[in-house]
Amino acid sequence: MKIPVHDLLKDSANRWPEKSAIICDGRVHTFGRIDQDSDRVACELQSAGVARGDRVAVFMENSAELVVSVFGILKAGAVFVVINPTTKPKKLAYILSDCGVRALIAQSRLARVVEPALAEAPHVRTVVWVGDPPADARPGRTFAQVLGEPHEPPADPGLIDQDLCTIIYTSGSTGHPKGVMLTHCNLINTTWAISTYLENVPDDVVICLLPLSFGYGLCQVLTGARVGFTVLLERSFAYPYQTLQRMAEYGVTGLPAIPTVFATLLTLTEFNGEHLGSLRYMSNAAAALPTGHIRRVRELFPRANLYSMYGLTECTRVCYLDPSRLDEKLASVGKAMPNCEAYVVDEQGRRVGPGVVGELVVRGANVMRGYWGNAEETSRRLRPGDIPGELVLYTGDLFRTDEEGFLYFVARKDDIFKCKGETVSPREIENMLYELGAVAEAAVIGVDDPVDGKAVKVFVVPRNGAALTEQQIRRHCQANLESHMLPKFVEFRESLPKTESGKIAKVSLQ
Amino acid sequence: MDRQQQIRAFIVESFLLGQDNGLSNTDSLLEAGVIDSTGVMELIGFLEKTFAIEVNDSDLVPANLDTIQNMATFVQRKLAVKQLAGT
Repeated sequence: MKIPVHDLLKDSANRWPEKSAIICDGRVHTFGRIDQDSDRVACELQSAGVARGDRVAVFMENSAELVVSVFGILKAGAVFVVINPTTKPKKLAYILSDCGVRALIAQSRLARVVEPALAEAPHVRTVVWVGDPPADARPGRTFAQVLGEPHEPPADPGLIDQDLCTIIYTSGSTGHPKGVMLTHCNLINTTWAISTYLENVPDDVVICLLPLSFGYGLCQVLTGARVGFTVLLERSFAYPYQTLQRMAEYGVTGLPAIPTVFATLLTLTEFNGEHLGSLRYMSNAAAALPTGHIRRVRELFPRANLYSMYGLTECTRVCYLDPSRLDEKLASVGKAMPNCEAYVVDEQGRRVGPGVVGELVVRGANVMRGYWGNAEETSRRLRPGDIPGELVLYTGDLFRTDEEGFLYFVARKDDIFKCKGETVSPREIENMLYELGAVAEAAVIGVDDPVDGKAVKVFVVPRNGAALTEQQIRRHCQANLESHMLPKFVEFRESLPKTESGKIAKVSLQ
Repeated sequence: MDRQQQIRAFIVESFLLGQDNGLSNTDSLLEAGVIDSTGVMELIGFLEKTFAIEVNDSDLVPANLDTIQNMATFVQRKLAVKQLAGT
């Protein structure tokens, strides 16, 4: 039995040391190599004093170094925290402080973001730079130095499956990001469940376009380590044609995507699915794929299976629709994945029958341990289940089922929405806008967007007499928000509609 | 302002908070972290509007778009083709 997640890698490395694990930037990294390199990272961290349960953050774009870092951190017994590389200094400082990050592995070209954040994060005692850091950056060893030196095998930290594996930060309705704690047990279970229903095999080549800071992206790498398949790791989908050429070149068999990726594929007029004859399956998660797009994606890739899935950071994945039922259940996200139960409840937590809308509750080994350092939010989401002592996950998403028990997403309970598949918290953007002294009132909503699902729209009421321009607002947003949260539309108003209790009535802004 | 300067001004304004930090016209915008996939779409919108060109799907490659210089050359080529087609 594999207990800690890094044993998945070790096992594949023992079986297929020369097999391609990661292909990135045209370079092939074998399982054996990733296993050895991550041993070196683990030793470096251990000799810097990192111990079992310490948090180590990784701040870089998708790369082989990121994958090596993740496994190296685990082998040292520590908990990895992968941070989206478009994160800005203030939020980076918040995350580093929130979970008391002890060591940081960062891409040197992000030094201008890292430096101001480190000034506010005294817990971070060790920095390892990937690439040569700028002269004025915090001194630290480089990744190349770490990998280039002889080393002993790392000391066994003695983990059990209840130990934390990762903390993934996600935007919350309260405005501050929350750190979702996932244990080794969670991810050993989830990678097994996912690779079982996707029928992954070692010959698969799965492309990963999503950042590894995102559960859906991370899952590709961890599942790859479990099954022994190859991950073609990309930084983004910025240049679709180039990516598609690489997919054909490496014979990609699996395309995990989000609606924005499918929408982009469907806008390409000079592409047809024939170029990707090796494609066996595609999956959609993170936000619902419009049914019109499902039909067109099916036409574009008639030989590939399309899995409509649903998940959330708090439990990684919940359910998937068997592709053989897709045509008759177009808008459904199917049924719970193996070893997971998902059901709909009313306001009192009682299970409801088919057709009744209620909150989706998830039960299983995939459910998180809670939010780091946030007992209040944890108890809001993790509530007692049917068995005494058991906690189940209240997703905050409204669902209904049909007569056969297939699940359908209806809406969010709060005003959180998804842009480009990533969670957007209106409150987080509003809080940031209020930092501009000239802003008297601000409201953020999601408006329909053909490619991104929802686009961020900002309403601003300037203070009396204050001169406030759209440019100032956009610059302030660029300086403080990740790219998926940047406003597409900015509208000035003299006042905003209010509810009877005096709150901004966002419904009237839609 | 020549085309290269116009493109540079747009990038500085849209992605660098208005501060020209000495980015070279031959630096990769993706690698320098100046833009991400969202930024590429914004750039295309800007090029199409400002220079009245049409960017096709197959034009979306780094050789055309990943540096300020590449973009200026790309726009020049597009305009030349357009002129030929018009005569």
